Amino acid sequence: MSTTLPLPETTERPNYLNVDYSWKSWLFTTDHKRIALLYLFSITAFFLVGAVFAGLMRLNLLFPDGLFEHDTYNKFFTMHGVIMVFFFLVPSIPATLGNFLLPIMIGARDLAFPRINLLSWYIYIAGGVFAVLAIVKGGVDTGWTFYAPFSTTYSNTHVILAAIGVFISGFSSILTGLNFIVTVHKMRAPGMTWSRLPLFVWAHYATSLIQVLGTPVVAITIVLLMLERILHAGIFDPNLGGDPVLFQHLFWFYSHPAVYIMILPGMGVVSEIIACYSRKGIFGYGFVAFSSVAIAVLGFMVWGHHLFVAGQSMYASMVFSFISFLVAVPSAIKVFNWTATMYKGSITFDTPMLYALGFIGLFTIGGLTGLFLATMAIDVHLTDTYFVIAHFHYVMVGGMVLAFLGGIHFWFPKMTGRLYPEMWARLAAAIIFVGFNLTFFPQFILGYLGMPRRYATYAQEFQVLHVLSTAGASILGVGYLLPLIYLTWAWRKGERSPQNPWQAKGLEWEQSPTPPPTFNFDVPPVVTERPYNYSEEVEVGGY
Amino acid sequence: MADTDLSVAAHAAPTTLKHHFDDREQQLESSTLGMWVFLLTEIMFFGGMFGAYTVYRNLYPAAFASTSHYMNVTLGATNTAVLIFSSLTMALAVRSAQLGQKRALISFLTFTLILGLVFLSIKYVEYHEKWVDHHIPGPGFHYAEPQYFHQAQILFFLYFAMTGLHALHMIVGAGLIITLIAMAARNRFSSGWYTPVEMIGLYWHFVDIVWIFLFPLLYLIGRTMR
Repeated sequence: MSTTLPLPETTERPNYLNVDYSWKSWLFTTDHKRIALLYLFSITAFFLVGAVFAGLMRLNLLFPDGLFEHDTYNKFFTMHGVIMVFFFLVPSIPATLGNFLLPIMIGARDLAFPRINLLSWYIYIAGGVFAVLAIVKGGVDTGWTFYAPFSTTYSNTHVILAAIGVFISGFSSILTGLNFIVTVHKMRAPGMTWSRLPLFVWAHYATSLIQVLGTPVVAITIVLLMLERILHAGIFDPNLGGDPVLFQHLFWFYSHPAVYIMILPGMGVVSEIIACYSRKGIFGYGFVAFSSVAIAVLGFMVWGHHLFVAGQSMYASMVFSFISFLVAVPSAIKVFNWTATMYKGSITFDTPMLYALGFIGLFTIGGLTGLFLATMAIDVHLTDTYFVIAHFHYVMVGGMVLAFLGGIHFWFPKMTGRLYPEMWARLAAAIIFVGFNLTFFPQFILGYLGMPRRYATYAQEFQVLHVLSTAGASILGVGYLLPLIYLTWAWRKGERSPQNPWQAKGLEWEQSPTPPPTFNFDVPPVVTERPYNYSEEVEVGGY
Repeated sequence: MADTDLSVAAHAAPTTLKHHFDDREQQLESSTLGMWVFLLTEIMFFGGMFGAYTVYRNLYPAAFASTSHYMNVTLGATNTAVLIFSSLTMALAVRSAQLGQKRALISFLTFTLILGLVFLSIKYVEYHEKWVDHHIPGPGFHYAEPQYFHQAQILFFLYFAMTGLHALHMIVGAGLIITLIAMAARNRFSSGWYTPVEMIGLYWHFVDIVWIFLFPLLYLIGRTMR
């Protein structure tokens, strides 16, 4: 009768989550970790909205004649694109994992400008409000690219509202990038030299360069677009002497580098995971680090490959085509080096590693099909078909979303102090992988056979492939819901995590408590060894 | 980071040192780098419009030369002089802050503010002229040389977009200078800490430089081409 149960653990040490529970402590916080969580919840909400639109599109495409009005379908794909690109993919990893981890990984107490960091979240929300308003008031039908003169002259939907949303949210991206650049330059702990920076940080540094240099250009492009829509002065209207291709140049000057905003942070996450679950240092650290910067630099010189069929000069197209091929080199360096890292490593297939392996395979397919599209002659056949859709979803979903989920699992104990249920997580990873491939692989074939993108209806012969794709999307949807459920559960009820559950290397695991206190470290961190020193070798010389 | 103990840095630091920095030097370097990166984004921001300008200038050189004859060069040149002079007073304000001279700081900031407002007033007069002449792009647009109607409208569109955005930056700058004056009056600056003065000074010079490019490109091109 008098059996004594062990007392539940009530004295949790102070960390960034339990210091204050009031709503004010969240909405007025300047703690980068709390802002990361604010972003995490917001982008998850937008992801769900974007996913609903994707689901409606796939529903419509079950039938050759479609299910919804064609105008309605146009709004579905536009809102899906606008929400997913500007309100999920661009901020996804940098604003959440990057915000949370970057200062800890370099041994800083916070980002260089904590209040600007909070401001960036509010700006993001303000932009989001306009985007939601555009949806609620009836949507936009221009496609996420807002091509003129359709968007400026002919569309009778809420282009301006959506454009304001994109314009505003761009500044949140700029401020995040600015903050990261200054933080990496000025806030590193003693011993954290550039050649000891985790590859996650290198990837975010390269991403930040693009955010800072590219985003203002799309901002001004959107300003010109809105002014033109109001004044009809003709700047993008060929009837009035304007040049619609100029809009495309300005738009893609940002939006092509922007796809590297969307993939580079994912590459950073994968580098961390591969090293940890192979128990080996990253093969060719310097090459992987500089390939991030190379991708950022070359990424600014390839935008013209979106204009091969837009009447661009043939010679310009040849240069753009060539440079687009060059971008494959640093991307391939990463893939080869991850593979070489795993060679003779002690690999375990824990959930983050499953996502990382999925990333490598799917990104390789997405990247190589990009080379098809960079080839001018082939692009004439494939442009504006489902081949393009499949290509960039292999990179954006197969790449970035998998990396995002892998990163969320990998650092979940760090962020919450709890462990997630491993079996459920592996199951979800498998479902997502299968669902993803079933959704998008048929689209390569569809596109190759000539199914154009953005069409609400199609020829009878395409139906089998479209039904397969929709079936895959349903599986993918289940796969996305699972982590949402078990991670929410684990946050409250999961087993408590030790400081370093994966025996991973890096300041965030080795020297910062889990979950971290408000200022990240109990003792100021000092770095004395090279990154990813899983073999515990003593550093000899540089790289 | 230096080897300061965390608690010392967080609690015993002087008020102008934020909790996450180790020392003032690190804080100042961060602010300066941040400001330069911000100015880089501003260059790209204006750069998009300069790009559009370059494209149309090359497409329609004759029309663009023609429009520049409808620009008020006297007012534009006056404004250029006003802005260059305001850059001088701003530089002197930063110097005064560096030396900890509060009264000089406030008066130079006030000079700069007044010059900025003079610029904006002259800009208003110019815009009003355009309004009277029906040179505002849109449904009411008129142009004396009908063969250039559409092309001139595009230039005036760019004129208003570029100078309008520049004027917006001037207005923001004026607001920032008012804030600086208020802070200076409350003795917030010392020779040891005057970062905001220096940063807003950089911003002000940047806005001036943008105008230095806008003036010849919009007002003077016709003079070299006839």
